[in-house]
Amino acid sequence: MTRAGWIRLFLIAAALCLLEAACRLGYVSRDAVIPPTVMLQGTWRAIASEEIRADVLLTLQNVLLSLGLSLVAGTAGGLLLHRTPRLRRALDPLLASYYAVPTFVFYPLFIVLFGLNRWPLVAIGFLFAVVAVIINTLDGLARIPRALVRTAAVMRLTRAQYFVHIILPAAAPWLFTGAKFAVAYSFIGVIAGEFVVSGAGMGHAIAFAYNSFDNRMMYGLIVLLFVLVGGINTLLWTWERRLYARLAGR
Amino acid sequence: MPALQDADPLVAMERTGRRDTPRLDLALLVVGLVILWQAGTFLLGREALPSPLTTLAKLATIVGDEDFPRHAWETGRAFLTALVIALLAGLAAGLALGASRLSGEVAEPVLTALYSIPKITLYPVILLLFGLGISAKIAFGVIHGIIPVILFTMNAVRNIRPVYLRSARAMRLTTAQTAATIIVPAALPEIVSGFRIGFALTLLGTLIGEMFASQRGIGYMLVKAMETSDTATVMALALLLVVFATLSSAALLWLDRRLRRHALTS
Repeated sequence: MTRAGWIRLFLIAAALCLLEAACRLGYVSRDAVIPPTVMLQGTWRAIASEEIRADVLLTLQNVLLSLGLSLVAGTAGGLLLHRTPRLRRALDPLLASYYAVPTFVFYPLFIVLFGLNRWPLVAIGFLFAVVAVIINTLDGLARIPRALVRTAAVMRLTRAQYFVHIILPAAAPWLFTGAKFAVAYSFIGVIAGEFVVSGAGMGHAIAFAYNSFDNRMMYGLIVLLFVLVGGINTLLWTWERRLYARLAGR
Repeated sequence: MPALQDADPLVAMERTGRRDTPRLDLALLVVGLVILWQAGTFLLGREALPSPLTTLAKLATIVGDEDFPRHAWETGRAFLTALVIALLAGLAAGLALGASRLSGEVAEPVLTALYSIPKITLYPVILLLFGLGISAKIAFGVIHGIIPVILFTMNAVRNIRPVYLRSARAMRLTTAQTAATIIVPAALPEIVSGFRIGFALTLLGTLIGEMFASQRGIGYMLVKAMETSDTATVMALALLLVVFATLSSAALLWLDRRLRRHALTS
């Protein structure tokens, strides 16, 4: 590990110890924050409970569905917009302000549209993630080196060949970044939806624990969620770095 | 390799959409959206998706209501306070972290991780710490908006051309002078990009905070309308927010582009 990595680890550990001490010594009200070790006990209780495991599974399925849909639709949308520059220019200001609108206000509309099942939540996650994918796809497409485009023309590549051999490799870094954002935003969308309006899933479990004053379970679930999201993100970052190292090495 | 900053959906825009949007196309787009909306109303029924006209009429009633200024002021006050805190604190933290390479390296992964977690789950913690009321809303807005401001400022400071800093040293500027006359002007375009994202996310955070932690404000009106399935009110408020967010974002985008062009030509 690098020096910065060690310092980071040390600082985080120190902060956790401080929090532990502050809670144990009564500087922080036990009703507001509980010691980190007690949070971990809560996490353990959450993992052990079958009900919570079902909630976690449901959330993960919804995130996966919204992720898959947003990747497909976002890439397709990006390709389409790239080919119609006029529409794309007109859409620019809307895309740029897109994330300021709390998407989940449209939940009631989705319930009418899809019924009371998982699809309204998937739709919220999808709406949150798809625009990030579109924007990154557009960005990647705009940055394909002109030399590559000309080479492809000289070699008379078919459209499919052009897509596989030129577009995908050249735009890969941006497509990957889009995917990374899509993971984070799908999680945010689905959890937010569950939190506000749904009756199942991790977001709902946290809200439920809060409303029933079960601080241990609530913090335990928050820790579990952060570990889950953080773990997935770290995996993606590491994978991405390896991918670049390999591309650069060629 | 695109860093978070290069690839953030909100920032990627000003790089790729360099030419200003022609007014005619924008008008056509709005007309197209209204037609789509109207078609949706026909398909789903008035109850599910009120038509554009109904929504506008509803919006006029809401804005004309005597309670509305109170709600709007409540939201505006919380949003502005949160925005000022997020921008100033984020700017200070970003400058400090950007000036020292090691502390930046230590902090960046933590900040990026915080950026991507669903912060809505922290709402019970915020409520327990701040209690019900305006401070919880402000805190919620700040935790949403501050991280992008820090990350952008930090990276902007890091990417300042070393020759500028060397000249500052040659002229024996103090730290405060260097920050005011060299670092902030050189990093301004990126800082404004960070402000833009910070603006959008602070608004989102404040509204979410209001949906749970308040008895007043636009977020509260929204959540009440959602509970009673009053779709006309939901659509009217959503329209109001979309218009406000789009207009302010367009204004900041315009400022952003001007600063960048200025930075390129000078």
